[in-house]
Amino acid sequence: MSTVVLLTITGLGLAALYFLVASGLSLIFGLMGVLNFAHGAFLTIGAYGTWWASDHLPGAGSTGWGFVLAVVFGVAVGTAVAALIELALIRPLYERHIEQVLVTVGLSLALVALVRATWGADPHPFPRPEWTQRTTSVLGANVPNDRFLLIGSAVVVLVAVLAFLRFTRFGLIIRAGVENRSMVTALGIDVRRAFTLVFAIGGAFAALAGALGGIYLGSISPGQGTSLLIFAFIVVVIGGMSSITGTAVAAVLVGLVQQFANYYAASGVGDLSVVLLLAAVLLARPSGLTARLA
Amino acid sequence: MNRISLRRLVPLVVFAVLAVLPYSTLQLPGLFDGVLNSPGTLQLLALCLIFGGVALSYDLLFGFTGLLSFGHALYFAAGTYAANLALTELGWGLGAALALTTAVGIVLPLLVGAVALRVSGIAFSMVTLATAQVGSIIVLQDPGGLTGGEEGLALDRDQVPDAFVGVLNTVNLYWLALAYLVLVYVVVTWVTGSRAGKVWQAIRENEGRVEVLGLQPYRFKLLVFVIAGLLAALGGITHLLLLGGSTPRTTTSDFTLGLLVMVVLGGAGSRWGAVVGGVLYTYLDSRLTDLANSPAVQDLPGWLRVPLSEPLFLLGTLFILVVFFVPGGIAGLVDRLRERRAGRRSGGGGPAPGRVVEQLREQVGAGLGGANPRDGV
Repeated sequence: MSTVVLLTITGLGLAALYFLVASGLSLIFGLMGVLNFAHGAFLTIGAYGTWWASDHLPGAGSTGWGFVLAVVFGVAVGTAVAALIELALIRPLYERHIEQVLVTVGLSLALVALVRATWGADPHPFPRPEWTQRTTSVLGANVPNDRFLLIGSAVVVLVAVLAFLRFTRFGLIIRAGVENRSMVTALGIDVRRAFTLVFAIGGAFAALAGALGGIYLGSISPGQGTSLLIFAFIVVVIGGMSSITGTAVAAVLVGLVQQFANYYAASGVGDLSVVLLLAAVLLARPSGLTARLA
Repeated sequence: MNRISLRRLVPLVVFAVLAVLPYSTLQLPGLFDGVLNSPGTLQLLALCLIFGGVALSYDLLFGFTGLLSFGHALYFAAGTYAANLALTELGWGLGAALALTTAVGIVLPLLVGAVALRVSGIAFSMVTLATAQVGSIIVLQDPGGLTGGEEGLALDRDQVPDAFVGVLNTVNLYWLALAYLVLVYVVVTWVTGSRAGKVWQAIRENEGRVEVLGLQPYRFKLLVFVIAGLLAALGGITHLLLLGGSTPRTTTSDFTLGLLVMVVLGGAGSRWGAVVGGVLYTYLDSRLTDLANSPAVQDLPGWLRVPLSEPLFLLGTLFILVVFFVPGGIAGLVDRLRERRAGRRSGGGGPAPGRVVEQLREQVGAGLGGANPRDGV
């Protein structure tokens, strides 16, 4: 029983990471039709920003509020980089989806290489606040506290995004843009400002995922973002490409399947079953789980 | 008329020059470290030729048919690991290993393509990406100690003919790489000129229209997927013989992204463009790594040294610049120069072959429709 509880909570923690990365991807894809390969680089930037700030930024540290400040700094850097990239590189290629995808591919290679050149290819130990290293007993299972941090952050982000999309004017424009972009433009609304916003939000979530992933894994390395990104892509496709709730459901599904299969079958089987899950979903419902609900 | 027959001769002339190149002792300072027929230079040239061929096999998918696969590394890696296992673990001869690689190179893309091609557009890209990731995970997990995990798998040379073993025989490996490139070029020229090749290009332009004409795009796409996969697997075995081992780096998604960069750099939808892109990328990757370790760069101030020490940073940046300023890559650039020189003598015609990326735009937009509520699902 305690193993099942531990696996479930760890799986949900992993799902939280996937959701943070995948929600930005699906917002960007839904509104702009761009599959953002540079998203993994945003995650790496967030992780390294947090790591750098905890050592160098005055007031920031590896415990308590100092650590929160470090995370805020990492997220701010990730957001700024994402917004700058949208303004400088994606916007000039408006409506040219293949070129936009190619540019993000080039960025993903170049940014990760730049991080590697600056801080080396080897993993760095990531600052982990005291509290996250302890465990809490849940139904007889000793669950590391960082899982709760991951799940809590993802739930807050999910609720915040849903509220933002439902209750604000920008959210309305984004929802309308996902549904029918040309009509929104025809109504005289500059959809491109929403593009920058969505890119910045996606960058912020990915950077947050980078910082939380650093706590979860205990260390950071330049290639980490790319390997997480592939599973985030799978989550986005299973979730129906442009629906936030679909992405959340798919993330939970993928996280749990991966954890349980990795434990009960063999290490690595979980990753394989996720791909089989993707194939099964695509064959049964080629447009993802939530195609009709979106 | 005269000009056209001259243009047909160009590949033959290039081939002849490349074939006799190992007899030259020319020194090209700056371009290569040693004389042209030194083993080090021949090894680099052979690597360039192999990747010219692999890039061309990827162009068959991306440039000629408009299939944006993110999993081409899988077939290349399958080729090198299958041949390596046959030679090293099973102790088979080179002929049997080649036969096994060919079988794997047909069956694997057939299985993956049969599933992946049921969806189109971005979903297709994602399925190929995910299946290639499976290959990468399996290789890194090192099941039963077969693949060597992160260390890679060294080739046991006992089963390899003596002509391909040893530094002095690098020249034979060079000719093998050249033979591989010629094979890919001939096959691609042949299949793209065939009836199926015309259908592929029609699918790239407008898949719905092909369907209306009573043809089944699925079958044609599966055919091109298998041919490209097989050609990549054969590249894998050539790569194995040249480097004397298999490395897990060939299984990663970055490897496929590298192929995509090569093709776009050279010109998607152009045969010679893709080859030039593959050769250039491989050459730059190798030379920039040497440059990064040279004292000239090591002594530079930090803000210059750090970006220069990562070839991938420079190649990624170059790639973005090409996408922005040189649509159609090198082949597109050459075509535009040629058009300008020809002036008005040549009439309209279709879009230049190198401009396929722009032509693809609409098709992928349509391909996304299924997953996108904006098209009224």
